[in-house]
Amino acid sequence: MAHIKVQTEDFDTGAEIAALMSGRTDIGGIGCFVGAVRDDHTANNRIVALTLEHYPDMTERAIERIAAEAERRWSLLGCTVIHRVGRLQAGANIVLVIAAASHRQAALDATSFLIDWLKTKAPFWKREEFADGCRTWVAARDTDDAAASRWEDTGR
Amino acid sequence: MSTYIERMKPPLTILYFAWLRERTGAAEETLPLPDGVETVADLIGFLAARSPGHASAFQNRRTVRCAVNQEFADPMVILRPGDEVAFFPPVTGG
Repeated sequence: MAHIKVQTEDFDTGAEIAALMSGRTDIGGIGCFVGAVRDDHTANNRIVALTLEHYPDMTERAIERIAAEAERRWSLLGCTVIHRVGRLQAGANIVLVIAAASHRQAALDATSFLIDWLKTKAPFWKREEFADGCRTWVAARDTDDAAASRWEDTGR
Repeated sequence: MSTYIERMKPPLTILYFAWLRERTGAAEETLPLPDGVETVADLIGFLAARSPGHASAFQNRRTVRCAVNQEFADPMVILRPGDEVAFFPPVTGG
């Protein structure tokens, strides 16, 4: 059963990994992904913050389904997904994905799968806030759909 | 004039997120399942005629996604009284 949280506050990646490993001797490897608010330093109009909106009644259920799929495909020994919502400044953590398995390949593949599907199948929306005060909703990217769909074709 | 039975049917709850909420000017609306509306696509047609803001929100239907009772739903999904129907742009989390 995956550990899933949607929260405004920050998370402690090390503490989450330690909690997942605690008391376990069967885990051979941990995969971990941390997504952060990125400010493109070369852009003319710099990003100050992101606001993450979500659909509260649907979000956790959608993440549970994605995590259950990862647990099934890679026989995971542990799984943590934490997604932040609200206003997050440049440099802040957005999302944490941890997958624990007997061996590294399963842990790494499951981590990629989890973040790819989170980006395309969980009801979150990002609004960017720029240095000039302008605010725009982030458009979905075809590359994210392509990344998510590669997991549907292989059947695992 | 609605009959007693019609008034007993639970209304639809319509939710809007991200720029659909901004354009319609509403996060949530409730309304009885309108006459002639069977599917999500029918409901979009009905809602688009409600106000200029709604028309703008549903102008490009390829950029609108839907969930019925918290499950992603395509335009052909059949609606029932009491359903929660959410409209939003393609998701951009992670």
